[in-house]
Amino acid sequence: MNTLKGTVAGIALSLGLATAAQAELSGTLKIFSDMSNPAPRAVMEQMAAEFDAMHPDLAVELTVIDREAYKTQIRNFLSANPPDVANWYAANRMRPYVSAGLFEDISDLWNEPEIADALASTKGAMTLDGKQWGVPYTYYQWGVYYREDVYKELGLEEPGDWDTFKANCQKILDSGRKCFTIGTKFLWTAGGWFDYLNMRTNGYDFHMALTNGEISWTDDRVKQTFANWRELIDMGAFIDNHQSYSWQEALPFMVKGEAAAYLMGNFAVAPLREAGLGTDQLDFYQFPAINPDVELAEDAPTDTFHIPSGAQNKEAAREFLRFVVSADNQTKINSGDALGQLPVNSNSSVDDDEMLNQGFAMLSSNSPGGIAQFFDRDAPAEMASVAMEGFQEFMVFPDNLEDILNRLEKARERVY
Amino acid sequence: MAQMRLAPGNGSTPDPTSHRGPQDSWLRRNRQTLAPLLFLAPGVIFFLFYVIFPILQSFNLSFYRWDGLGEPQFIGMENYRELLDDRAFEVSLWNNLKWLLLYLLAIPAGLFIALFLNQTVTGIRLYKSLFFFPFVISQVVVGLVFSWFYDPTFGLLNQVLGWVGLGPLNVLGDPTLVTYGIIAAGLWPQTAYCMILYLTGLNAVDPEQVEAARLDGAKGAKMLWYVIIPQLRPATFVAFVVTIIGALRSFDLISIMTNGGPFGSSRVLSFYMFEKALSEYGFRMGYGAAIAVVLFLIMLCFIAYFLWSMYQDDKGGR
Amino acid sequence: MFPKPIQNSSRAWQTTYQALVPVALIMWLLPLIAVAIFSIKPEADFTTGNYWGIPSSFEGASNYGRVFFGSDMPRYLLNSVLITVPTVIGAVALSCMTGFALGVYKFRGNLLLFFMFVAGNFVPFQILMVPVRDLTLDMGLYNTKTGLVLFHIAFQTGFCTLFMRNFIRALPFELIEAARVEGVAEWRIFWFVVLPLMKPAIAALSVLIFTFIWNDYFWAVVLTQGAESQPVTAGITSFNAQYRAAYHLMSAGSIVAALPPVAMFFLMQRHFIAGLTLGAVK
Repeated sequence: MNTLKGTVAGIALSLGLATAAQAELSGTLKIFSDMSNPAPRAVMEQMAAEFDAMHPDLAVELTVIDREAYKTQIRNFLSANPPDVANWYAANRMRPYVSAGLFEDISDLWNEPEIADALASTKGAMTLDGKQWGVPYTYYQWGVYYREDVYKELGLEEPGDWDTFKANCQKILDSGRKCFTIGTKFLWTAGGWFDYLNMRTNGYDFHMALTNGEISWTDDRVKQTFANWRELIDMGAFIDNHQSYSWQEALPFMVKGEAAAYLMGNFAVAPLREAGLGTDQLDFYQFPAINPDVELAEDAPTDTFHIPSGAQNKEAAREFLRFVVSADNQTKINSGDALGQLPVNSNSSVDDDEMLNQGFAMLSSNSPGGIAQFFDRDAPAEMASVAMEGFQEFMVFPDNLEDILNRLEKARERVY
Repeated sequence: MAQMRLAPGNGSTPDPTSHRGPQDSWLRRNRQTLAPLLFLAPGVIFFLFYVIFPILQSFNLSFYRWDGLGEPQFIGMENYRELLDDRAFEVSLWNNLKWLLLYLLAIPAGLFIALFLNQTVTGIRLYKSLFFFPFVISQVVVGLVFSWFYDPTFGLLNQVLGWVGLGPLNVLGDPTLVTYGIIAAGLWPQTAYCMILYLTGLNAVDPEQVEAARLDGAKGAKMLWYVIIPQLRPATFVAFVVTIIGALRSFDLISIMTNGGPFGSSRVLSFYMFEKALSEYGFRMGYGAAIAVVLFLIMLCFIAYFLWSMYQDDKGGR
Repeated sequence: MFPKPIQNSSRAWQTTYQALVPVALIMWLLPLIAVAIFSIKPEADFTTGNYWGIPSSFEGASNYGRVFFGSDMPRYLLNSVLITVPTVIGAVALSCMTGFALGVYKFRGNLLLFFMFVAGNFVPFQILMVPVRDLTLDMGLYNTKTGLVLFHIAFQTGFCTLFMRNFIRALPFELIEAARVEGVAEWRIFWFVVLPLMKPAIAALSVLIFTFIWNDYFWAVVLTQGAESQPVTAGITSFNAQYRAAYHLMSAGSIVAALPPVAMFFLMQRHFIAGLTLGAVK
């Protein structure tokens, strides 16, 4: 009886699958997205509308959730109310959901030739335990965005080494400006500074080992990173009261010319331009070498789409992911007037944008050390939160370093 | 009473001729027991389900390690042991104490404003309402309003401090000031609340006693202390209860104004618990539950005191 | 009356007092007035640093227009209404019954039950958070208005019961006894005798609960996530994230979010204050 039932069900299932694969997609496709900032939101809405138009029998239902709120809510909806497609981040940030079985294994998609070839460079960031759990849709460089006009006025060049970097900063300070704007209220911006100083001081492998918990926070090499950081802090390189601002609230300092540069991801370009900075006012340079023996490495965070394992319409979801990573769509959504970031598909073209060209060149030819995701994506969540809080404290009270490092070390012993 | 005449209906008038089954008379005999049971059932069930059982569950959960996704793992007292050694917890506890003590300032401040406004001049009713206004606004909005008030670049506070040659101050960015800054924001609606309690209380003050005291030569502070305040006892009790509860529940303001920062210096237990259990980097449900249990135990001291006072009052009643 | 009526004091002090009250009021409401001014300023004032000066132009209409027609704000407001109104009805209905039972009948455990409601009403939310969230997830009510409403009703029943029971106890008990002597069924006593007398309490409680629930932020964050179910308190944070550093819009949004309970308060002031002073606990 049981076996009979099983067979019948099996036949039904295979028939169902066969027809579904041929038939046009139908039902609804529920997408939860964290692309809530104005430009990304427009991109997401457009992608949803376009996909909806391509499949007349399919209704695409898009919910855009505030980017910060999304980070906590994903846990709830993945288990309680799973959509068919959801945004997230690459690397270790996927780990909790992969281990809990909440993300669908989509290695099959990665075996399809179009994806396997065109997305090869990002495969590593999407792989955990030898399987792929999502697809990337964009990535972006980090680096120093600066006021070209201010540099010109002071006769400064883009720095190629640490000494020039500091000398430039001193000149900027002498002119009555701050070297760098930053808003550390939500902590991760300080993580960016730590990443760069650490990767320039100790290299990419050290970054990975540290975020994997293999190195003590009281290690002398870590202390060297902080010592370099402290040089900048003691100079007064950063704006005051940065602990009270979000990254957006720190933008006006640069727009008004009160600060000359911003270490940020490329997503900062759009609001800076919108606020009125023209092409001759805004430029980009790669964070310079500190320790000449260390190969340059970059942070280039990858944002992703995933299929929750509880999704109802996985067939449509897979089709949507194919659509997202397709060469044409990648060119379109990453162009300067949309996301203004880098496409993940190697057959797409990078928009002819000053920043994107520089970023693309930097990541493809001048990052021999490796490409990291970001501090809070490479480190486990709990370690990241304690550490970034410590970074913020260090930036305000550098004298507390000893205490901060001991605290981080204690957290490391517990977390890993 | 018009309602009274409506009341007697068919079923319930004593009527020896009507046919009643034995069941019905059992119902009648026991209706003094059954009625309260039926009236209570929905409320009590709801309350047990959503309030009482969850408290027990939280106690239980505090002995587990659980990330909210997989299977909870029993670890005994491990969460509590970790708490003892957790600096963030210590900071939160101290901040809670600051909240408890300083929040009580709302009571004298409320009394002060109430005394100030307890006059009969034209338009005073409207003034009273407008003074009360902050209490009606959600704490989220109060938090936003005050974070702009404190803003280091354009905040009104620094503007005012500048006029008198002080500042600038970054209240919410300074770990020593931040908690006081948030408490000040919280005191704003809370003072309004206490004010309204006292205004009503002052209405009920016995004018004859005041006159008698006046004839005895009491006035000003003396009168306030020996005659008025004792009569305001009920208002003070309610003000005390709501202020303590408010202090221990402080979550909205912290979440809106600083998100616990800078570097965790404005956390209190209620916020730290949320952070550990449900925030971006959190999802340590068991650990969060342990924090909640500590907070609950602190609150329990006050709850016990309130209940005891109410019990004392109640004995006097029917 | 205390302090001494102003009419009995010197002319000079009377005038001073008359002048002092509005000044004090303006200082008291200063943060709020600031936000109101922000909300009618054009964006340019913020980029040019004219934070506290006279608005360079009046942009109230366009700022509020964008809040109402260019954002999810109307949806959040509607959600708030759809959460608040059923909660008020539910909690008041349940507590009329529990309050009646606890206030009128003598039985063993009466006081114990009553104290359970009172104590439950005082507990910190955090101790309920994880289990209530799981419960709501398990019932499939996570991120629905229903889930939020059910919890609010249950929790508010504690406070409402305290309120109702005390109110019913203060009613003349003879009325109920007279009805009993006449053989009136208990539910009829409740419906026809007690309930009409409870009208003021119901009004007061409704206004209070309306304000409490409207202003709830914590549970909105814990139990809902998107524009389809979030009330305005939680929505305003998403709204602000969308318009970060656009202070004119954030101010307008805040004012819109704060308005309904304020309106409720001014319309129902008498009931509101009656409710509070009967021992309200927020």
